[in-house]
Amino acid sequence: MTKFTTEDVHYFANFAKIAFSDQEAEVFSEIISELVEFGDALKEVDTDNIEPMTHPLQMFNVLREDVPQDVLDRDEMLASVKEHEDGMIKVPNIL
Amino acid sequence: MTLMKKTAAELQALLHNREVSVKEVTEDSFKQIAKLDGQVKAFLALTEEEALAKAEALDNSSQDSRGPLFGLPIGIKDNIVTKGTATTCASKMLENFVPVYDATAVEKVNEAGMVSVGKLNMDEFAMGSTTERSAFQTTHNPWNLDCVPGGSSGGSAAAVAAGEVPFSLGTDTGGSVRQPAAFCGVVGMKPTYGRVSRSGLVAFASSLDQIGPITRTVEDNALLLNAISGIDHRDSSSSPQQVPDFKSALTGDIKGLRIAVPKEYLGEGITEDVKDKVRASLKVLESLGASIEEVTLPHSKYASPTYYAIATAEASSNLARFDGIRYGYRSENAGNLEEVYTRSRAEGFGTEVKKRILYGTYALSADHHEELYVKAMKVRTLIAQDFASVFENHDVIVGPTSATTAYEIGGVAQNQLTLYANDILTVSVNLAGIPAISIPCGFSNGLPVGLQIIGKHFDEALIYRVAHAFEQATDFHKSTPSLGEGTN
Repeated sequence: MTKFTTEDVHYFANFAKIAFSDQEAEVFSEIISELVEFGDALKEVDTDNIEPMTHPLQMFNVLREDVPQDVLDRDEMLASVKEHEDGMIKVPNIL
Repeated sequence: MTLMKKTAAELQALLHNREVSVKEVTEDSFKQIAKLDGQVKAFLALTEEEALAKAEALDNSSQDSRGPLFGLPIGIKDNIVTKGTATTCASKMLENFVPVYDATAVEKVNEAGMVSVGKLNMDEFAMGSTTERSAFQTTHNPWNLDCVPGGSSGGSAAAVAAGEVPFSLGTDTGGSVRQPAAFCGVVGMKPTYGRVSRSGLVAFASSLDQIGPITRTVEDNALLLNAISGIDHRDSSSSPQQVPDFKSALTGDIKGLRIAVPKEYLGEGITEDVKDKVRASLKVLESLGASIEEVTLPHSKYASPTYYAIATAEASSNLARFDGIRYGYRSENAGNLEEVYTRSRAEGFGTEVKKRILYGTYALSADHHEELYVKAMKVRTLIAQDFASVFENHDVIVGPTSATTAYEIGGVAQNQLTLYANDILTVSVNLAGIPAISIPCGFSNGLPVGLQIIGKHFDEALIYRVAHAFEQATDFHKSTPSLGEGTN
């Protein structure tokens, strides 16, 4: 039983910004279907009146003084950029 | 015999008495790596030149400037950033990525006087439990080269087990320090969430990730955790809790300690040989004066689906940063900006990573968010409550680390659901945010079995006390793989 169709693969891949060929979509449809079924087990757990746990520790408003720190070197950072010019990162034409 | 199978205390005595220099210790690590790593394949990159330069500088440093782990070699998992040294996460996506700063944990091991010798292999972006998902190489288990070392910190565990380095750093999101430590017969600690700064750890699942030490002995593990722990202004989730001296917890005395054994951890799906070793270990702990009581963690069976929903949801968000623009892989086949994103990610990520991003995107989508992601967070609450209620009447929880010993490379581990189900013993600890250690507790068919000791939030000291008492009462930690030097 396929719960996660090839259309689903393309639909969610669009949000995740990953290109999938139709052939890959077939493979991932099967893999993700298994996972969806695996996740379905949670439906049998009674979670009425249970708060979701969003974080493993109770921590609130971790603040610090608003002063610059850990400033990284621009040239060092640009060294990992594939294409750049005058300190700006180049991308293909968008217009 | 190599220096790499000595403990921190032994090495530091040799260094202190000037019987060896830091340079000689460092050279011995590289000698071992040269001899063994062709078979083990634990390292992705070596930093020999920098390491030897640092070793010489340490040799010339004054006595009073020496850190607590002065002169000791360490390997770093390749998802922990190292300034000037490529940090790949074992992914094609970051193959040529050279960080411009050090992770806080790396800064701290440097400050402690350690010498980093290189970067260790892992499953791509720490997604996996065999190290077969690395984009570059499969690491082999030093006890049996046909088997996996576990994962995702497989390189970190195998390097220590093989005697290439005495210390390494791994990371644990769902068991990735403890399970490879178990498979490789070494000691691996997943600290309490917040104990160690995550600054510079390439994020997989931010509410679960922790950096943890992998070593040959419990004492060495405690020393390394002391060095890397503490609050950090760069990680707002790091905890202000005081860091105790973990070494002083190693008293050997566990009389009167109340140990809980969850029946789910010795039940269905756990192989008999693992159960036998764990039961024998419980007898050892009992003989040391601890009391053993069976308890239940009723939501254990839901831990894996809960974990996969939450971890993949967080991963789908965290890995959105790899877009081919600022750093990392950029596709040559992109005609426009949209294709820079979609093709770079298609070509840069491996199958396991894409699968988790897709499932995580599904879990967070408007139509499924409530029934899957929020539901999983509610079950996470129940799982955490299970632990809390056991800890009301017990000091630690003990059970196996893994359902089996190490798998054959290319074998059972190819079935994703079998693998995911095997994670039940480790993932609930991350979900609850509590600490747990894996220590060697025996062998089955020549492969190590790991004993897991789980504690309350910020109670690593007690975990170390129990682990150390067990270690002192047994000889398992003294066995090392015969790889490369006959028996020893």
